[in-house]
Amino acid sequence: MRIPFSALLGLTVLTLMVLSAVFAPLIAPCGLNDTVGKVWESPSAAFWFGTDTIGRDILSRLLYGGQVTIFVALASSALAFSMGAFFGFLAVVRGGWVDTLLSRIVDIMMAVPSLIVALVVLSVLPLTLSTLILVMGILDSTRVFRLSRAVAADIAVMDYVEAARLRGEGQIWIIFREILPNAMSPLVAEFGMRFIFAVLFISTLSFLGLGIQPPLADWGGMVRENKDGLVYGKSAALVPALAIAVLAIAVNLVADWVLSRTTSLKGGRNG
Amino acid sequence: MADLLDIRNLKIEATSYPPGEKPRRVILVDDVSVSLQKGRVLGLIGESGAGKSTIGLAAMAFGRGGVRLTGGEVLLNGRNIRGAGPSDLRALRGKEVTYVAQSAAAAFNPAKKLMEQVIETSLLHKVMTRPEAEARAVELFRKLGLPKPETFGGRYPHQVSGGQLQRAMTAMALCPKPDLVIFDEPTTALDVTTQIDVLAAIKEAIHDQGVAAIYITHDLAVVAQVADDIMVLRHGKTVEYGPTDQIINRPGQAYTQALVSVREIAHEEKPPAAPILKVDAVTARYRGTNFDVLKKVTVDVAPGQTLAIVGESGSGKSTLARAITGLLPPGSGGITFAGRKLSADLAGRTRDDLRELQMIYQMADTAMNPRQTVGTIIGRPLEFYFGLKGAEKARKVAELLDQIEMGKGFAERYPAELSGGQKQRVCIARALAAKPKLIICDEVTSALDPLVADGILKLLLSLQAQEGVAYLFITHDLATVRAIADKIAVMYRGEVVRYGQKSDVLAPPFDDYTDLLLSSVPEMRLGWLEEVLGRRRMESAGN
Repeated sequence: MRIPFSALLGLTVLTLMVLSAVFAPLIAPCGLNDTVGKVWESPSAAFWFGTDTIGRDILSRLLYGGQVTIFVALASSALAFSMGAFFGFLAVVRGGWVDTLLSRIVDIMMAVPSLIVALVVLSVLPLTLSTLILVMGILDSTRVFRLSRAVAADIAVMDYVEAARLRGEGQIWIIFREILPNAMSPLVAEFGMRFIFAVLFISTLSFLGLGIQPPLADWGGMVRENKDGLVYGKSAALVPALAIAVLAIAVNLVADWVLSRTTSLKGGRNG
Repeated sequence: MADLLDIRNLKIEATSYPPGEKPRRVILVDDVSVSLQKGRVLGLIGESGAGKSTIGLAAMAFGRGGVRLTGGEVLLNGRNIRGAGPSDLRALRGKEVTYVAQSAAAAFNPAKKLMEQVIETSLLHKVMTRPEAEARAVELFRKLGLPKPETFGGRYPHQVSGGQLQRAMTAMALCPKPDLVIFDEPTTALDVTTQIDVLAAIKEAIHDQGVAAIYITHDLAVVAQVADDIMVLRHGKTVEYGPTDQIINRPGQAYTQALVSVREIAHEEKPPAAPILKVDAVTARYRGTNFDVLKKVTVDVAPGQTLAIVGESGSGKSTLARAITGLLPPGSGGITFAGRKLSADLAGRTRDDLRELQMIYQMADTAMNPRQTVGTIIGRPLEFYFGLKGAEKARKVAELLDQIEMGKGFAERYPAELSGGQKQRVCIARALAAKPKLIICDEVTSALDPLVADGILKLLLSLQAQEGVAYLFITHDLATVRAIADKIAVMYRGEVVRYGQKSDVLAPPFDDYTDLLLSSVPEMRLGWLEEVLGRRRMESAGN
C-alpha cells in the first residue's frame, strides 16, 4: 500500500501530537498551573513558547491542554458515531414510522444552530467533562445520522441484505454484520472530519468560557486567557491557536487520503 | 479490392492497480489480426474478458479507461490510425467509424430529443446540412421499422421502448454514412421477442447501406445470423477465425466446438407428482400502485422437480418469486408449502418455512456481502439454522464447497477474489447449506457466459438428483428451460398464459404468445433469421 506524502505528513504530525499529549506529565518541563515566570515572557531557552497571562509555561500547558482537547474531541466523536450510525442504520432497517420519527427528531435538532443549543444547555447543566462530551456527542450525532442513513440506504437494497432477511436474521445481525462492514469506509473518513470539528467546537466553547473549566487547560481556553496579550504584541495566544490549526490540518490530510482511497470507482468497497 | 479495415498483430495493454500491490501491466489483446472488406460483417465472439469489445473499439483507435494500443497496426482505408493524433482521430470517429453501444438506455442523453442526437455527428462533421440529415434520419427510422418515422425523432429517449432505442442508436450510427459500424452487444439487453426485430433491422440496414460492420456478442447463435466471418476470442487471443459457415458447422478448435454445442443438456422430464409448493390464484401489486403485477397466478412445484417460469422482462416472473418468499405479501390468493399454509408476510413465517425455501439471485456479486469470506457466507446458514460451530461447521463448509466443485481452499477467500461462475456456485452452496426443499432460482445464469452458465445448470441438475431439492427456475432463456425444466409456466403481463408438463408446453398447438416466444429464440444455424421472418410474413399475409 502506497501512502501519499501528504497523508504521511499528516500521520506523523498526528502521532507526535497524540504521543506528546499522552506523555505530557513526563515531557512537560513545568506543572500545569505552576507560575514559573513573569507575565507574558517572550520565548526563551527556559520557556520555549514563552509564558502566559499569569506567568505559566505555555509549552507545559500546551502539552497538558492537548490531553484534554484531544480526549474530549475523541470521546465526543466516538459517542456521536456510535449513536448516529446505530440510529441511522436502524432507521433504514426498520423503515416506516421508526425512520420518519428518527429523521424528524434529527431535523428538529439540526434546525437550531448547534453552538446555540450547546451554549443554552451548558449554561444550565453543571460544567463537567462528561456533560461536555455528552452534549457535543449528541449534537454531532445528528450529522452522523444523516450520513449513515444515506450510506445504509444504498446498502440495504443489496441482494445480500435481502438474503439475510429471507434467512430470518434479526435486525442486530443485519445492522452490525451486513451493513456496518460495508459502510465502514465512508464512516471512517467522516470520523476524521468530525473529530476535527469537535476539536474546533470544544475550543470555541472554551473560548466562550463554557467549555473546559480551570484548573484543567485546553487549547481553546488558552487562546481566551491570552487574547488580551495580542494587543501588546505578545505571541502567547497564537501558540495554542497554531496548535489547533496544525491538528486540524493533520487530521484533514489523513481523512482526505482515507476518502480518496475508499471512494475511488475501481474496487472502492473491495479495496 | 483493398480492405476497408486491416488490423495486423494488434497488441493492447492496460495497467492494473491491484490493492496493496505495485501496478502491473496486463496484456488484454495479443497478436490479433483481422481484415474486413466493404459490405461485410465480422462477428467477434467470446466470453467476458476475452477482449472482444477492446478489439472493436481499437478499430476506431480508442482505448477505454487506461487501455493502450501498444503494438501492431490498425489500417483504416489504407492508413494506420494507431497512434494518430487526437485531432485526426476526432475527424475520423463518428464519420468513418461509428459505434453502437450495448445499453442504448444509458447511451442517450435523456434531456435531448432523439432527432438531435441522431443527426448530431453528421452535423458536427459537416457531412450534410441539417435538412439533409433530418431527411436521412427519417429514412433510416423507416428502414429500421420504427413507428411513425416522420415524428419519431421528436420524442425523448424515455418515451420509446428499449428495442426502439437500440434501433434509434443504429440509425444514429448509420446517419453520417460511415464506412464501418461497430455494434457492441446491441441486442444483449433486450428480450428475445424484441431481439429478433432489432437483429433483422440491423441486418437489413447494414446490407442496404453497404457499410462494413463489426458485430460483438457473446451469443454465437445471434452472430451466426448476421456475420459473414466470425472470430472466436479467448483471453485476448484468437482461437479461430473463418467464414460463419465453417465456424458454426465445422468448428476446428475444441473451444469453438464447446461454444457451438453449449446448452445441449439432455434432461428427462419427470412424471407429475403431488406438489410441495402450491401457489393458488395469487394476485399482487406494489405498494402505492393500482396495477396488479400478478393476476391470479396458479402454479405448483413437485418435490425434486423443476418448474420453469418463462417470460420477457416485466411479465411478473420475479414478482412471483417475491410473493412466494414473502417479500411482497400478495393481495389475495394463498401459498401452501410442504403441507403448511405460508404466512403472506415474511415476519409471520417460522424458521423452518424460511429454511426450507431458499433463493439464488441473478447477480451473484450483490447477493454476497463483499466483506465476508466464502466460509462465513456458506457457514452462516449452518450456524443460524442448525447451530453448528467451530470445527463441525468448517467440516460442513468444506463438504459444501466440494459439492459445488470448488474445494475447501476457497473458504478463506472474499467474493471479489472469485470469478462470476464461482460466485454463483457459492450462492448455490449458501442456499444448499440450509437443506431446503425448494430453491427459487431467479435468472441465475443470465449474467454468465454460455459455457459457465452451462456448468451451473449441470451442477444444479446433479444437486437436484443428490438432494431431491425442487427448483422454481425463473428465466427468459428458453434454451435453459429446455435443459432443466419438468414443468413450464409461460407468463405474460402478470398472467400465466400457458402451463403444464414440459413436453406439453413445448409441443404445438401453441397460443400466439408462446409461439412468438419460442420462434424468437435464435438457433445456431445459418439462415434461421430469414426463415423465421419469412414464415411470420407469410402468416400475417395469410391472415
